[in-house]
Amino acid sequence: MNASQRLLIFGGMALAVFGMLYGLHYAVLVEHQMLDRMGGSLAQAFTQAASRNPAASQAALEAYRSTKYDYVRQVDAHSHWIGLAMTMIVLGAAFGHVHYNESLRQTIALALLAGGTLFPLSVILQTYYHDAVLLKALAIAGSGLVIASMAAAVWGFFKQKPST
Amino acid sequence: MAAVAASPIAFAPMSARRLLVFGGIALVTAGMLFGDIFAVFVLHQNAGQQGAALLAASRAVAAGDPSAVAPVFMHLGGLLEDHGTKLDAHVHMIGAGYLSLILALVQPYIALGSKTKKSLAALFIAGGTLLPIGIFLIHYVGLAYSPFAFIGWASVLADTAGALLIIVLIIEAWGFRSYLRNRQLSESALPDDDTWPRRALLGGGTLLILLGFLHGAWYAGAALYQHEHAEAEILGNILAASAANDFPAAATEVNNFGNLAGTRAVNIAAHSHIIEFGLLAILLAFIQPFVFLSETWRRRWTQVLLAGSVILPVFVLLELKFGLLAGGIADLGGLLVVIALVGMLVGVLRYTGTLDSVAPGRQI
Repeated sequence: MNASQRLLIFGGMALAVFGMLYGLHYAVLVEHQMLDRMGGSLAQAFTQAASRNPAASQAALEAYRSTKYDYVRQVDAHSHWIGLAMTMIVLGAAFGHVHYNESLRQTIALALLAGGTLFPLSVILQTYYHDAVLLKALAIAGSGLVIASMAAAVWGFFKQKPST
Repeated sequence: MAAVAASPIAFAPMSARRLLVFGGIALVTAGMLFGDIFAVFVLHQNAGQQGAALLAASRAVAAGDPSAVAPVFMHLGGLLEDHGTKLDAHVHMIGAGYLSLILALVQPYIALGSKTKKSLAALFIAGGTLLPIGIFLIHYVGLAYSPFAFIGWASVLADTAGALLIIVLIIEAWGFRSYLRNRQLSESALPDDDTWPRRALLGGGTLLILLGFLHGAWYAGAALYQHEHAEAEILGNILAASAANDFPAAATEVNNFGNLAGTRAVNIAAHSHIIEFGLLAILLAFIQPFVFLSETWRRRWTQVLLAGSVILPVFVLLELKFGLLAGGIADLGGLLVVIALVGMLVGVLRYTGTLDSVAPGRQI
């Protein structure tokens, strides 16, 4: 097992554990309350509308929108962290079939680890700073890194094995 | 080059690797079968009931009856929980199966005793089985006899199983760290074969993952924020139309809400399924040497798996244009993947069974 494979497998395992710990923390301490708040605020929006109180209804609808914004990103971060971690581990095992020199393979592995960490992290940080342009840019950069490194790996799989 | 320190038999009966491969394929197969059943018998019916509940809430608003809203949302909450927990059970069962297969692949690099590795494998399979069962039961058990305000016993079961998986992964990571120190393989590494099924699964799998990434990036950039904005706008329109007693307009907006939810769901499903199938194909590429079937049958199952892996996500997306017909074809794609998995599982079973023993001199 060479350095690029170790980076992918060890980095992937660390990312998977982190993603699972985040998921466990989220499931135990956050999710139920979050779902309760989301359902409650939507129900409140309808109740206030039925009471002909449009201002309160609109405020409740805004609370629903805001809570759902957070919920979607929290679930996305959890699933993408673990999903990308699994991709890294699997790629790590298959990386011997990626026909580049070891230095380029290490660059690809590092880019995948950086993208796989940065992308979900910037998504989760958006729950603290809604619609922050910097965080959106970081998420795009992270996912771009992941896609570029994956495309490079695909090319490496199909590339002719260099003669030794 | 790393040396083999221990057992010369790479895939001995009841070894940790065998347990993880069996358990992994079984979990993925069961999770996919559950997903197919969920898609056919629950998904669309549940969506229809959600639309009906929103219409009932609109009627309550139009009638100016706040007391009628709460029961409707209690019902809607139940429907969402029913849908969400079944979806989560499906996702987590398959996810645990993938992790199990991954752990099977990295077993030679886990520097722990064989008994410890076997116990860890058994614990992982147990956790991977109990986690989705716990999630599935959340909707039915609720908060019955629970001492907690928000968490029921089914959630406790799911969370405990999740914690078990984390503990196993941490110990496996520790074992991998130990390997990095002494570079001694704890068992034979996987054979490096270059057969057509393996090449097709590796190449096809990585292509599927890349396509899934590209689709996800397109969706996040072009549609995610638009859809979030549209959802809030449609809900506002439902409330405004209902409060103005314009029930036909409210009904139209409820329909729009359903269409939007459907558009989001199929995009997310296509994105996640194509990536998952890509991962599965790569994982299966590695266990091909242990699939004791003729080359012809291994090719067939590989073709069936890759065909299903393309059909399901593509036709899930086409559901937006062609409705239930495309949905049916997508379900058929899922079934093809399940059939291919069962075919390969039979091959793995034959390897360790009495039908086919390891031929003398065969290098594994």
